[in-house]
Amino acid sequence: MDQRERPETAAESRRGSLSGAPAGLWTKCSQCGEMLYQPEFEEELYVCRHCGHHRRLGARERVAVTADVGTFQERDAGMRSSDPLGFPGYREKAAEGQERSGVPEAMIWGECSIRGLPVVLAVMDFGYIGGSMGAVVGEKFARAAERAIEARKPLVVFACSGGARMQEGIVSLLQMAKTTAAVGRMNQARVPYLAVYTDPLTAGVFASFASVADVAIAEANALVGFAGPRVIEKAFNIKLPPGSHTAEYQLQHGMVDVVATRRELRGLLARLLALLAPAEEERAQ
Amino acid sequence: MSRWLRFDKQLREVDADIAKLERLLSSPSISDERRQKVREQIASLRRRQEHITRDVFGMLTAWDNVLLARHAERPHALDYINAICEDFVELHGDRRFGDDPAIVAGLASLEGMAVAVVGHQKGRDVKQRQFRNFGSARPEGYRKAARIMRLAERFGHPVVSLVDTPAAESRPEAEERGIANAIAENLLLMSQLRTPIVVAIIGEGGSGGAIGIGVGDHVMMLEHAIYSVIPPESCAVILEAFGRDPARGPEAAEALRLSARRTMELGAVDEVVAEPLGGAHRDPAGAARNLKESLVAALERLRVMPREALLEARYRKYRGIGHFVE
Repeated sequence: MDQRERPETAAESRRGSLSGAPAGLWTKCSQCGEMLYQPEFEEELYVCRHCGHHRRLGARERVAVTADVGTFQERDAGMRSSDPLGFPGYREKAAEGQERSGVPEAMIWGECSIRGLPVVLAVMDFGYIGGSMGAVVGEKFARAAERAIEARKPLVVFACSGGARMQEGIVSLLQMAKTTAAVGRMNQARVPYLAVYTDPLTAGVFASFASVADVAIAEANALVGFAGPRVIEKAFNIKLPPGSHTAEYQLQHGMVDVVATRRELRGLLARLLALLAPAEEERAQ
Repeated sequence: MSRWLRFDKQLREVDADIAKLERLLSSPSISDERRQKVREQIASLRRRQEHITRDVFGMLTAWDNVLLARHAERPHALDYINAICEDFVELHGDRRFGDDPAIVAGLASLEGMAVAVVGHQKGRDVKQRQFRNFGSARPEGYRKAARIMRLAERFGHPVVSLVDTPAAESRPEAEERGIANAIAENLLLMSQLRTPIVVAIIGEGGSGGAIGIGVGDHVMMLEHAIYSVIPPESCAVILEAFGRDPARGPEAAEALRLSARRTMELGAVDEVVAEPLGGAHRDPAGAARNLKESLVAALERLRVMPREALLEARYRKYRGIGHFVE
């Protein structure tokens, strides 16, 4: 953790209690099985000190470790799906997702600063129906992009998703076109767009707005792939080598720019934001 | 076997009977009286066939539609291209890795108009199906389509895209070459391409694989085509609502509202193109005529739009696909 007197992020300001859960508990790393002392685990941003495994973060936790403390202003928190298909079991799934994740939909967005640099921030939450993209995620992304253009602030997106949301059928699929078209508008307006791929990122979100960022960063160990590796092994009756469909594999195949640990992310984003700020000559035009 | 497939088989049996009778008619040895009888028999069989077809097609289920859209005899992209265009020069390769036979692309003349055509291509026999990878395109297929679309843009020609795929290829080779990136780059390109794009979903509109060449100013669907975020069988396997049972695909098909009419009701396509009675495979020439008429009408309307207005309308069209409450 940065050795500064004043806490920079909400996570730091809570002195390691990211979740607000009572301290003093022991927890087990889901990867290597080693016992971890909860306050330490939280101070390590939920990265296992033994094996480096990055436990998934909810969207609120992600904001807490990314945004400057107290700067995040959420927008459109009340937006909900209208269940356009009247799909069996959808409303129950949505309620369950809210309960589990503590967020109103699979993406939250707002404005904040990162190390003093103002940005528009959108964060997905895998706990809400597998981070799936329906009309609300599509609309929030489009609004975030349009706000970024209007306010001339870079857009930073943390993407984790199982893909388009089945329960909204074709409406979900078309969000791929809608969100990517919004990226096109950002490109034209020369507004920087940074995407961070977090565990797991697959299918419709990977194959739309997440893949067309100016800079694509993947969090270490994250599963990143068009189809999930288990799905592929089953569908084609093959055995994938270890490490297939991970952040590091995508780096090796040229699909991401940088793989960073959770600890490195905030600093990396700040450096990139500074380096991507439009040149003086551009601004004068 | 589904109710509809049984019915389709019966139709074929009647077709065979009619063909037999027609052969008899052309025989020089039969009497005039017998000839008249056979003619009446044929007419009666045809009437009955049409009557029953109308009944069956009046109450098609979503699952019937899935099977119709995947029907092996259904016309594929090249069938339509050859029937509709006066001239077609196929162009190959993405200039980066290879040529993907699951996507065809080229230049053509359509009603005297120079156009670029891209489309998923499925095969009919076993060998062709494998060659075409069952219509599942790889990254180089999407990149070939992108190359041809850019070519069209440079010379101001419109793009016609024919969609017919179960899904994009997801094998490790496709992953390594960036299948997700290839689709996303096409979504970006097609949202900004400075020339009209008309899309027709002619068979299976299978999720990301479909939309990877499926963004346009005007999107139409053949009457018995389907457009879906996931194959209904896979949806049934994943969701508890269907007991995670692939056999409940028909229920999932219903819930997904993947038929042309339902898709249009949801605002996801702009037009439904009628198919001949019994489906496009019963009368490919008739299906091609209908498709051509709709394509030409859309192209003529879009061609005269100022480019800025065209692009703004395209952005607004996708931007407006919502269905949420605040």
